[in-house]
Amino acid sequence: MFFRMLRGALFRQKGKMLMIAFTILLGASLATAMLNVMLDVGDKVNQELKTYGANITVKPKESSIMQDLYGISDDGDIQNVHLLESELGNIKTIFWAFNIVDYTPFIDTKVTVGSDTEAKLVGTWFNHHLELPTGETLDTGIANLRTWWDISDGEWIDEQKGNSADTAMVGKALAEKENIKVGDTINVSSTYGTQALRVAAIFDAGGDEDDYIYTSLAPAQKLANGEGFLSSIEVSALTTPDNELARKAAKNPAALSVSQYETWYCTAYVSSICYQIQEVITDSVASPVRQVAESEGAIMDKTQLLMILITIFSLIGSALGISNLVTASVMERSNEIGLMKAIGAKDGSVLGVVLTEIMITAIVGGVAGYFVGYGFAQVIGQSVFGSAIEMKVIVIPIVAILILAVTLAGSLPAIKMLLRLRPAEVLHGR
Amino acid sequence: MSLLELKNVSKIYGNLKALDNVSLNVDTGEWVAIMGPSGSGKSTMMNIIGCMDKSSLGEVLLDDVDISKISSKKLTEIRRDKIGLIFQQFHLVNYLTAVENVMLAQYYHSMPDEKEAMEALERVGLADRAKHLPSQLSGGEQQRVCIARALINHPEIILADEPTGNLDEANENIVIDLFRQLHNEGTTLIVVTHDPEVAEVAQRTIVLDHGKLVKEVINENFNQQNQASEKSAKTVKTDEEKSADKKSESGKKTKKKK
Repeated sequence: MFFRMLRGALFRQKGKMLMIAFTILLGASLATAMLNVMLDVGDKVNQELKTYGANITVKPKESSIMQDLYGISDDGDIQNVHLLESELGNIKTIFWAFNIVDYTPFIDTKVTVGSDTEAKLVGTWFNHHLELPTGETLDTGIANLRTWWDISDGEWIDEQKGNSADTAMVGKALAEKENIKVGDTINVSSTYGTQALRVAAIFDAGGDEDDYIYTSLAPAQKLANGEGFLSSIEVSALTTPDNELARKAAKNPAALSVSQYETWYCTAYVSSICYQIQEVITDSVASPVRQVAESEGAIMDKTQLLMILITIFSLIGSALGISNLVTASVMERSNEIGLMKAIGAKDGSVLGVVLTEIMITAIVGGVAGYFVGYGFAQVIGQSVFGSAIEMKVIVIPIVAILILAVTLAGSLPAIKMLLRLRPAEVLHGR
Repeated sequence: MSLLELKNVSKIYGNLKALDNVSLNVDTGEWVAIMGPSGSGKSTMMNIIGCMDKSSLGEVLLDDVDISKISSKKLTEIRRDKIGLIFQQFHLVNYLTAVENVMLAQYYHSMPDEKEAMEALERVGLADRAKHLPSQLSGGEQQRVCIARALINHPEIILADEPTGNLDEANENIVIDLFRQLHNEGTTLIVVTHDPEVAEVAQRTIVLDHGKLVKEVINENFNQQNQASEKSAKTVKTDEEKSADKKSESGKKTKKKK
């Protein structure tokens, strides 16, 4: 009979039950969407921020000391102060390898362009295909790290298209000064030789780089007399905003206790990623580009706080909606409950039937709401970040507990009233 | 033998005495009608006898148990085991079929038994409407389901509150015939009514006014009426049922057309 009553209540009052389920669906979908977006927004915003360039620079130890002590950038002999090109792949073997989004090496040297114009020549990767020691592959290069460059004429050099050999990209200021155009061949010379480079593009970086020439690693290494050597590496990594522990570790990792060290090492703080890069690149100093790292941290903190607030408010809104409807629905049934009591139902039996009906409706609404909410999250992901929001498993139990708790809480006042209800009050109006 | 005994019972709400020092005896198997104008205390008395309310003063003995002094839980048990309730507004659960509404009383009493519930519906002439929802039944049919629900657990006493108040004459006669059958089987009947015709068929009528028992009328011709009605019921009942069903059917058709 219990199941007949349930079936009757659920299927013969479809309209009313669907209404409750629909409200629960709305609440659950909102909660699911906001929780999924909130949990994924960190990665999304982080990735978005990567378009503003690298957040870690790796330099040879001695060069870094010179800069730290005297504030001068090292233009010394590459033979003495350098990083090794052969170790580049190691960066993708660190503990936080998956957080390394892009990285590119640099080797720079002074050259003479044409007759007597001095300029800086930078060898780098443009869109380099990398076979990693782990067996994975990565396409990375300056094209990913200088997304704001405006290529006013020509096109990016791309190693994978095979247009990188003896080609160069020339900064706008230098091109104007020397009247260099796309397709021209320029002769660049240094103490160690001369190299003819075909101009593939003129770029506008909006800074010092407008006076530079960018080419592939090999010609630059030849002109710098540093085959297999690098002057620096720029790394773009997904990081976690710094906290006290990260700041303490950044000053001196040795000052951390064992458990603090493990926590720090296993968290994607920019300082721990720098530390791990130093472990795999010989005689290197990896340091965060503070402005970028700190801005990222601040934006991340604020974005997450905003999302948490939106989530909390939307959940409160949903809870009130569900609560009101469930309460109204239970109150509507006072006649029926009065009758049940009049013909001998105990409070427990009445409670069992009413709660089971509501919980079944809540489960149906909640499950449907979860999937609808996941859809909402994808719409938000696509429209705001241009990519899908990852489904977080943790959202399922959170939403389930939330919906059951909200439904129960919404039912409690009404159930309390029903238990106090005397049959005479509803059946005879007294 | 007295099944129900009210001794100086009063029910007081603030300054209002809904029942004022009422005493009454109802014997086992007796058929009593309670009459009186609105606000005379009929429903209050019904609620107290039906274990749905407690008196403020006095004693109410049902089967020698003073129900004015026991807990709500005990009252629920007595209501479930000894009393069958019939309401003017029928009070059927709208999402359960006729047979399920009857089984509901069995469920809270002991064990639901669909066969027995069908027999109860058959007895009130509704076997063919067993799978219908209350919204698919006429008023008379709903009241008959209510009667089937009241008698399914073989209660010692049936309390009917304005059982014919919402029925036409044909359905009223069917309900009275059913009461007569129940009375002849030894069931105690207490019927609250405004309708003198319904009160006249009872063995005894008591009249309440302003909470006081003001009049008691014994129906001297009860046995003759009962026998005559029994004889005529055998021939007329089927016609009345048919006419009541026809009326309710035509009523439904008219509604549909509208």
